[in-house]
Amino acid sequence: MFENIWLVPLFPFLGFLLNGLFGSKFSEKQAGIVGSGAVILSFLAAGAISYQLLSLPEASRAVTQTVYTWIETGAFRVDLSFTVDALSAIMLLVVSGVGTLIHIYSIGYMHGDRGFARYFAFLNLFTFSMLILVLADNFLLMFLGWEGVGLCSYLLIGFWYEDKDNAFAGRKAFVVNRVGDFGFLLGICLIFATFGTLDFDSVFASASDVLPPETATIICLLLFVGAIGKSAQIPLYVWLPDAMAGPTPVSALIHAATMVTAGVYMVARCHVLFLLSPMAMNVVAVIGLFTAFLAATIALVSTDIKKVLAYSTISQLGYMFLACGVGAFGAGIFHLYTHAFFKSLLFMSAGSVMHALQNETDMTKMGGLKSKLPVTYRVFLVGALALSGVPLFSGFFSKDAILWKSVVSPLGGFGYWVIATGIAGLTAFYTFRLIFLIFFGRSRVQKEVEKHIHESPVIMTAPLGILALFSLAGGYVGMPHFWDKFDHFLQPVFSKYIENNLFERSEQLFGLEFGFMATSTLVVLLGIGCAYMLYVVRPELPAELSQQFAGLHRFLFRKWYVDELYDATVVRPLAVVSDKVLWRWVDVKIIDGFVNKVAEWAGRLGATLRLMETGLVQNYALMVVVGAVALVGYFLLR
Amino acid sequence: MHIPLLTIITALPTVTAILLVFLKRENERAIKYVTLLMSTVVFLASLPLFFTFQSTADMQFTEVHAWIPALGTRYHVGIDGISLFMVLLTTFLTPIVVLASWTNISRNLKGYMISLLVLETGILGVFVSLDLFLFYVFWEVMLIPMYFIIGIWGGRNRIYAAVKFFIYTFVGSLLMLVAILVLYFYHGGLTGEYTFDVLKLQETHFPLGYQTWLFLAFGLSFAIKVPMFPFHTWLPDAHVEAPTGGSVILAGVLLKMGAYGFLRFCLPFFPHAVEQFTPLILTLAVVGIIYGALVAMVQPDLKKLVAYSSVSHLGFVILGIFTLNNQGIQGGLIQMVNHGLSTGALFLLVGMIYERRHTRRIADFGGLAKQVPVFATFFMIVMLSSIGLPGLNGFVGEYLIILGAFLEQRVFAIFAATGVVWTAVYMLLMYQRVMFGKLDKEENKKLLDLSPREIGLLVPIIFFIIFIGVYPNAFLKKMEPSVNHLIEVVKSKTLASDIREPSLIIGLREE
Repeated sequence: MFENIWLVPLFPFLGFLLNGLFGSKFSEKQAGIVGSGAVILSFLAAGAISYQLLSLPEASRAVTQTVYTWIETGAFRVDLSFTVDALSAIMLLVVSGVGTLIHIYSIGYMHGDRGFARYFAFLNLFTFSMLILVLADNFLLMFLGWEGVGLCSYLLIGFWYEDKDNAFAGRKAFVVNRVGDFGFLLGICLIFATFGTLDFDSVFASASDVLPPETATIICLLLFVGAIGKSAQIPLYVWLPDAMAGPTPVSALIHAATMVTAGVYMVARCHVLFLLSPMAMNVVAVIGLFTAFLAATIALVSTDIKKVLAYSTISQLGYMFLACGVGAFGAGIFHLYTHAFFKSLLFMSAGSVMHALQNETDMTKMGGLKSKLPVTYRVFLVGALALSGVPLFSGFFSKDAILWKSVVSPLGGFGYWVIATGIAGLTAFYTFRLIFLIFFGRSRVQKEVEKHIHESPVIMTAPLGILALFSLAGGYVGMPHFWDKFDHFLQPVFSKYIENNLFERSEQLFGLEFGFMATSTLVVLLGIGCAYMLYVVRPELPAELSQQFAGLHRFLFRKWYVDELYDATVVRPLAVVSDKVLWRWVDVKIIDGFVNKVAEWAGRLGATLRLMETGLVQNYALMVVVGAVALVGYFLLR
Repeated sequence: MHIPLLTIITALPTVTAILLVFLKRENERAIKYVTLLMSTVVFLASLPLFFTFQSTADMQFTEVHAWIPALGTRYHVGIDGISLFMVLLTTFLTPIVVLASWTNISRNLKGYMISLLVLETGILGVFVSLDLFLFYVFWEVMLIPMYFIIGIWGGRNRIYAAVKFFIYTFVGSLLMLVAILVLYFYHGGLTGEYTFDVLKLQETHFPLGYQTWLFLAFGLSFAIKVPMFPFHTWLPDAHVEAPTGGSVILAGVLLKMGAYGFLRFCLPFFPHAVEQFTPLILTLAVVGIIYGALVAMVQPDLKKLVAYSSVSHLGFVILGIFTLNNQGIQGGLIQMVNHGLSTGALFLLVGMIYERRHTRRIADFGGLAKQVPVFATFFMIVMLSSIGLPGLNGFVGEYLIILGAFLEQRVFAIFAATGVVWTAVYMLLMYQRVMFGKLDKEENKKLLDLSPREIGLLVPIIFFIIFIGVYPNAFLKKMEPSVNHLIEVVKSKTLASDIREPSLIIGLREE
């Protein structure tokens, strides 16, 4: 199967071509089958490859396949080549697996949409790009996938382009991502300038020998700028909440489970470089931690069901970066993996709620839906428990791994743990705030909407069920000490090129780990308890509180005024300067003004000279005489 | 038997033009079909150039004939890996332009087609000439039909634009003529052989003082043509007024002549001056990249927007050329082709919408994606090519240029790389304002989607946009030896310490 790695991205690409070129002639059923079938085939291929990978001895679990040489000039050479190792195998399975479920769910969700085939074409193109990103064997090919997923994100956020806001949100996502890509691109240049190659294997193998620490820091920070853009971290996270304008399955697939985690994947892939620069590691950890905090605080007060989930995603991505920043790449990927299940589950359950309420996303117009949407309620609850990190759900294991490693790592510290645990409490609070506002209490649904409330069809609830199963049980592969298969599986990847003994100590500290685990669990339960108090027991309290702390509430509700800040400092000045200064002044007045002036002078000069052409012979004779006299005078007086 | 392929390709358009003279002006159908047929034949005839081109640095398909022996000027043509793609781009775009002019030229179609064909000869002549005198003749010949195309078939303000275009270019080329004569006499004085032969002149070491002035004379002419900031203000006017076909040729190939001139003449002839001026030129290139993009962002007119985007894109080309390394120059060359394809296509698309709506103001559109989805799809692909999306052609050029610059002068690469953000900003903003949102203007609700003819002329461009993005090596391989040779010439001449300063005097005394 290893010589057929290229099949994995090929299927979705064919799906894209079919739906893209002939979609207008397909029925919904045909388009749906083509789109979903392509991803299923891709999943099967990925499964077969991963299974075969397991049969190899641990140390040699990395296979590369070169398809052809993409760009070659002089010493610069980049191949179109794919690598599968434990890390990319996990990513492949997550992308194609969760992708499959979301494609199937979409058949129900997008039913009746004018752009049904177009939707599946874009979704397939996304899957293709994401698989390229994950499979890439060098930085430039990774960048191809990286930009490809960005394009699909743009296309799908603005999928319902007739609404200006959606189109704007798509564009904002693309442009903000490009700011990150600017850094990524320069990082790639610096890598080539330093190593003379962009192949992962060659770069990583020689990194610890040839890379000076300062260069390592610059490279890592540049790459991380790319990650910040794609994975929505401070200061470039502002596009992700707006990205919720896209269809909800898109939010689940692209803006929760897969694309936004690309930054985490990239950092983990480049762990060799990052480990060479403690400073870069600290930056990653601090940015991750602070983003996690900021996003969680905004999620506390947002009333839009999708926005809460979006901020929650930003926050959870912050956790993943925290893990990477303290050197626990395995834990970061583990959280990426569990998060993919429970967050896409939450998004799609939210989609199911919206489906029932005619696309309502405002939680103040929900409530009491528990009995009317029993299946959705149950799966939503599973997702919420997993996200909150309630013991025995998948999110518990991955979050706990991050918390524990952030305190035990030499790159981490107790402060990290305290803040991260506090954020876990906030997470539990806002997650259950969601649950209580949507499903509990009395109904605030508008009358005419209420009449049409219905549970979603099986084609939507079945994928939800499967995801719920994984959100419930998916974490057991990473139980600390007892059955830590996940970390063990990834270990060869993270110790192949560089010795990573940050966590040698931690194995022996089981008692301590248990203590920390218990504490953070208590904090989580406290968060849930608070939510229960505020939104079930005394539902009038939140309004009172928000009045009492009006300033803080508004600050959070307006999302720390970051969008306003960017608008005032970057967006508007740029437009004004470009228009008033560069175009109307420099270009039109100065440069072109000068050009026209020159032409005018030339014209005037001609017009003046023309006056001499009087046609009167006497005048000419006079000039001849004057000229002759002047010449003679010149020679005489010289 | 040796087939004089280059001569055939260069002359055939003009031969066709002469043929058209004998057709009745009213017989528009025949005129169109003959032009389309013959320009397609020219394209097909140019294909062997690509397929039989050997990947070496040598001039190939060369032809030498005596022309004016008394002056030492000869008919000497040939191509290497640098000019090959310019020739192909020209022969490729011309039939497309003919097809694009199928319905939108309302008066004197015959004159228009004749101008177009003569223009093609002029451009091809510029790219294949290996004799400076011959080169100069073609350089000037191409000015005249372009002047007519803008001045006769242009928009409301066409006369101003045509004159501006003509004078701007002409000022540059006069200085170049002087410089050519200096080269000629200097080389003649030095060796006793008075010749305009590019390859022979290339061997000569010109003294430093000469190089500076000669470089400036040639360089100004090329800088105007490119156009580099701050010599670009003729471009928006010319583009806005020119008919669609004129814009496509102008952006697609005419502008490339400037960049080509730098590569063919300035670099190998005056390497010391190049060294001296590189910081200035790199600065202007980077300023052009950013400035062009920012000004493009605020344009209310679609064509002006594309015109300013050209300033930005060609900044990349110049940046690449003056990195003087393999990645930069090859990137620059590929980017020249890319720009010809994507900006050419953008002008075609703008022309198509103009033909339907008779306006190019962005504010007059909105929500078109719903009404004309095929048009919107083509527009999207071309736009993505223009903003350098990996997998399409634009990325290959842009990335190689940035990489090339990064290997030489990092600060320029960093500023140039901000281009990836700016381009996305103005292109996506334009696309959003034209295509997305509500279809709220009555006039736009009756728009027809692309006709088979229009699709047919866009598809070949789209094909190459994707092909170069996916497999650029097919092209890079052919140009690499010539580029390496050029770099070698420049480097070895810069290193050679014997800039024979005294020979300057000898050279002059012999006059």
